[in-house]
Amino acid sequence: MAKKLFYPGHTGCAGCGMAIIFRHVVETLGPDMILVNATSCSEIISTPYPRTCLGVPYIHVTFENAASVASGIVRALKAQGNTHTKVVIFAGDGGTYDIGFGAVSGMLERNENVLYVCYDNEAYMNTGNQRSSATPKFARTTTSPVGKIHPGKDMFKKPIVEIVAAHKVPYVASASVGYINDLNDKLRKAASMDGSKFIVVFSPCVPGWGEDPSVTLDVGKLVVETGLWKMVEIVDGKRTLTYRPKERKPVGEYFRTQKRFKHMTKEMIGEMQAHVDKEWEMEG
Amino acid sequence: MVKKTVEGSFAIAEAIKNCEPDVVACYPITSSSHIAEGLAQFYADGEIKEYIRTEQEFSSISAIVGASAAGSRAVSATSSQGLALMHEVVYAAAGMRVPIVMAIGNRALSAPLNIWDDWQDSIAERDSGWIQIYCENAQEAIDTAPQAFKIAEKVMLPVMFCIDGFYITHSVETFEVPGMEEIRKFLPKFNPKLKLDPKNPVSLGVYAMPTHYQMFREDVHRDAAASLKVVKQVHDQYGKTFGRTYGDGLVEGYKLKDARFILVSMASVCGNIKEAVDALRQKGMKVGLLRIRSYRPFPYGQVAKALAKAKAVAVLEKSYNLGGKHPLYSDVIGSFVDEKKRPVISSIVGGLGGKDVTVRDCEGMLKKLAKGKHFEVWW
Repeated sequence: MAKKLFYPGHTGCAGCGMAIIFRHVVETLGPDMILVNATSCSEIISTPYPRTCLGVPYIHVTFENAASVASGIVRALKAQGNTHTKVVIFAGDGGTYDIGFGAVSGMLERNENVLYVCYDNEAYMNTGNQRSSATPKFARTTTSPVGKIHPGKDMFKKPIVEIVAAHKVPYVASASVGYINDLNDKLRKAASMDGSKFIVVFSPCVPGWGEDPSVTLDVGKLVVETGLWKMVEIVDGKRTLTYRPKERKPVGEYFRTQKRFKHMTKEMIGEMQAHVDKEWEMEG
Repeated sequence: MVKKTVEGSFAIAEAIKNCEPDVVACYPITSSSHIAEGLAQFYADGEIKEYIRTEQEFSSISAIVGASAAGSRAVSATSSQGLALMHEVVYAAAGMRVPIVMAIGNRALSAPLNIWDDWQDSIAERDSGWIQIYCENAQEAIDTAPQAFKIAEKVMLPVMFCIDGFYITHSVETFEVPGMEEIRKFLPKFNPKLKLDPKNPVSLGVYAMPTHYQMFREDVHRDAAASLKVVKQVHDQYGKTFGRTYGDGLVEGYKLKDARFILVSMASVCGNIKEAVDALRQKGMKVGLLRIRSYRPFPYGQVAKALAKAKAVAVLEKSYNLGGKHPLYSDVIGSFVDEKKRPVISSIVGGLGGKDVTVRDCEGMLKKLAKGKHFEVWW
């Protein structure tokens, strides 16, 4: 990282996964960039009027329109003859998988020259841990509470990487805060390409997940080592695993690090293990 | 200036193109589709630099907010459900002070679904801080397009100019469309003081705590109210350059000098009201019309002055406030809060969802109000 562009004094929690990712996105890609933000924790912690922790131009409009705002910016730059300034979106899973999904799909279909970074903390953390379509099965949130009938969220996580890739954009990748050099490599690679680029980054949330602030990076590694989060890269349609755990750890090790999974029974953990095993069969 | 016989929407699209927007973002919706299509043809022919075919109206307005924040002139066109879908960003655009422009083909809101004209779509956005200009005909809309950009970029507030769906958007007439070179003399290049620029990073659209939020809204209110002067100045300047004016730019009086009974309204129905006024004048009735052109900012002072000598006034509007006093009616009454006396002011809601308001209807309204008694009716 060449230049300080993400300053101390933001209001993120101790151990915030997103703040680490945010810093690397800005400092790896800046300063010649325009940052487009969706309503999220990243907005609230970075730019409470009249302060900012950012050294790059920044715009936020609403929760669900970062992809459309960025589309307008990139076309304006093109009309002005500016071919160098990068337009980068930073948005959470709620703004990407759910409420902003139509705008994201529209941006991808038009193949706008935008780099979209989604930090995925697997629920609406800014508003108090409500479930999103990125929330994993069995996770307890305030809108998928553990009850007599429903043990947390009933469905699996939405496969955003595959959905984005189905738009046939030039670059799609997943990364994790636990592997920051890999994230930076992917950011640089994506930024060197024309068209729509999309990177989803696994981003632990200390208060939402009920994890210790000291283990954010460990959790970011464990999710990959257990095989629950695949690190992939799809370049011009060609998919590769960018990291393959030598021996996948049991998923129970990961679930034990967070209170949101505390209610999980052996059977539930077994179901998740079987699900992950099946997901990895296709990797050969 | 070239005379052309075309559909209103295509002439309006040409006027917009001649204002040289960098970025157009549209999603088609009846009754503004033909404006979007006209602009798309100009893009296809290389006469507009960038055109974003969005997947919905919410993204259209979002894209032009982004383009404007990046320092480009940006425009969209929409109607009805499309404008309603944009609602969240309509407020954000005014709060962020981006001088975007939208052409609105006025159309009824669901339910029931209806594609025909009334004003409720844009009236529902009246409180947002946008400047709203209602045009009587397509020639006025053509002439208002360059004014809209100029006003927006002077006061740093977004502007929508509103055109009655079908009546105006789809009628073929002969128009004068000012050329690009002529408009350049009237409308300078967009050069905002602040924009998204890596050399001078700024934050736009940040969040504000209770200590600051209201201050932002107060600023918009003050500047929107003060923009009356700019709306008028820009109109007058346009008139000097191109030779066409619309009242004083804020309101237009028709046979008001000795009028005792005045119908107040907006947009295309004023054409029929003018005919009705002429017909009743021939019968010796002292009737007249006050047409509101600038609905936001609302010219309270000009309205009070224009209606001061009337005995009775009725407000005809294709908009409503269900369960309350109707919007234009309330504004006209509001014009008299500082006056010692005021005429009897009545309310007529009509023409909703394309319901015809004929010259004969307008004569009936004028006759009813000439009885001098207060009424509130749906016509």
